[in-house]
Amino acid sequence: MKGKHMVRREYLGRVVVTAFGLLMIVITFAIGIFLAYKGIGTFTTYKHSVGEFLFSSNWDPADDFTGGGAVGAAIFIVGSLCTCGLALLIALPGSIASAIFMTEISPRFGTRIFQPAAEIFVGIPSVVYGWVGMSVLVPFIRKVFHLQVGYGVLSAAIVLAIMIYPSITTVSADAIRSVSKTYREAAYGLGATRWQTIYKTVLPAAKSGIFTGIILGLARAFGEALAVAMVIGQRKAFPTSIFSPTTNLTATIAADMGGAAEGGEYNTALWTMALLLLLISLLFIFLVHAISGKEGKEK
Amino acid sequence: MKTIDPAKTSSQRSRTTDRFMTGVFYVVAGFFLLLLLAFIAYILVNGLRSFSPQMLSFTEEGIGNQLFNTIYLVILALLISVPIGIFAGIYLAEYAKEGKLTRFVRICVETLSSLPSIVIGLFGYLVFILMTHSQWNLFAGALAVSLLCLPLITTTTVDAFRALPEDYKAGSLAVGATHWQSITHMLLPACVPRIMTGVILAAGRGFGEAAALLYTAGMSTDINWSNWNLSSPTCPLNPFRPGETLALQIWASRTESIAENATQVANFSSAVLILLVLLFSILARLLSRRLDRKATGAKSN
Repeated sequence: MKGKHMVRREYLGRVVVTAFGLLMIVITFAIGIFLAYKGIGTFTTYKHSVGEFLFSSNWDPADDFTGGGAVGAAIFIVGSLCTCGLALLIALPGSIASAIFMTEISPRFGTRIFQPAAEIFVGIPSVVYGWVGMSVLVPFIRKVFHLQVGYGVLSAAIVLAIMIYPSITTVSADAIRSVSKTYREAAYGLGATRWQTIYKTVLPAAKSGIFTGIILGLARAFGEALAVAMVIGQRKAFPTSIFSPTTNLTATIAADMGGAAEGGEYNTALWTMALLLLLISLLFIFLVHAISGKEGKEK
Repeated sequence: MKTIDPAKTSSQRSRTTDRFMTGVFYVVAGFFLLLLLAFIAYILVNGLRSFSPQMLSFTEEGIGNQLFNTIYLVILALLISVPIGIFAGIYLAEYAKEGKLTRFVRICVETLSSLPSIVIGLFGYLVFILMTHSQWNLFAGALAVSLLCLPLITTTTVDAFRALPEDYKAGSLAVGATHWQSITHMLLPACVPRIMTGVILAAGRGFGEAAALLYTAGMSTDINWSNWNLSSPTCPLNPFRPGETLALQIWASRTESIAENATQVANFSSAVLILLVLLFSILARLLSRRLDRKATGAKSN
């Protein structure tokens, strides 16, 4: 009898929570396996090579089950790479400067106003960013640069930059805050000015934390779908300048998935692009772990 | 003729640089803060300017149905993700021993939280729509959103348990309670406010989610507010009907303008969404601030 109570009081709960803990593994694996199962069809059912998918820009998949089209996704991959790269170039200087401002220059203002403001911006829905980009930024760029259309790489990069700026800023600020106070005191003790202390001591010490912030920001930019789709122009061609409309992985999946025959070559190629996104996101996680692992060893 | 002291000029130079850089930081930080403020102000003002009373209606020209769908979908998503997230969090915080398996569960939670929402949406489309041979429906959307909320709720639960003082558990175990009893009667109740903060943040995320809903919840909504037969496809409370949300409505107005006032509706929907997000993040902030005060108040006793 006592044993029975014990079972109810302890082991049942334990079994339940363990099951839910393991469910996290199941879910993650299910996502990976199902996407791999759908995405691999381009290479197995329709006999395309991985090289063709990654490096060819000939995108003309057949919307049926016989196949025979071309599935070169290079335009979308290049579109993703250059919008994210440009977004990072725009956001990074501002993010690091803001992180320094809110930790080193004005910590009180930083923790009471700047940090909460940045955190609110992390939470703003991405369609709203896209919508404002579409109704304000795109016409603005068209007017300022005398273009025929304002949609394109630059618009997408600016929208992405504004989206990832708060993420990179908050993570970098946390990294800078966690630099030991003794570092700063030692630098000031040697007669360094505040800028010298920041530049020569604090930033190098916070380096790996800042890199983590950059990678998290990049991951967010890479996976962003609708905001980019609204401003990039969605033209299936390589960009010739930062003003030319192009498209990327996520925008193409979002726009085309609904219209392609389920299981056909077109549809399967889109699933392969989703699989590629998943792999890229895994790569980013791996990078974050590699950086924090290295930092752990150094300490 | 004055001789120039090299040491003095160098220190002067670095002091000038220091002042200059401080100025640069003020300018950059100020610029971004203003940009963020302008962003919110623009959305709110533009939303209000586009407002007309018909937008509050539950018709094609209004956002009533979409607002209802958004809230209903978030509630469904939380009903699914909160219990799972809390249980998984309890496992990680209280039962998992440091080891390969635990590390693996943690990496899985992290992976889930960093997956692009369109990837989650496609997974939902595949499993909840294609494999069940069903039409786009709210419930599939709720399942997809709950996948997005799940890692957030799990990590806040773990953090909440970690933040508890050691003596809570020690005290409970000392009076003869089992580990599970300590968790349900002592630890979990003490964690509730902190977990609530995470749930509110997750809800805020759910309100704005669109990419995960494109192919799960669907882009149409057809509600008949006098039909309360749960199995009917136009019954508001039937979760197995297509349910366009506010965020999807903004996305849809990009190209397919169903109604004449699509732009104005999108402006107004954006403002409503921003207000929801602001409201929820202020709620979460108030809750965690009250927590901090309570914690410091307990210390001074």
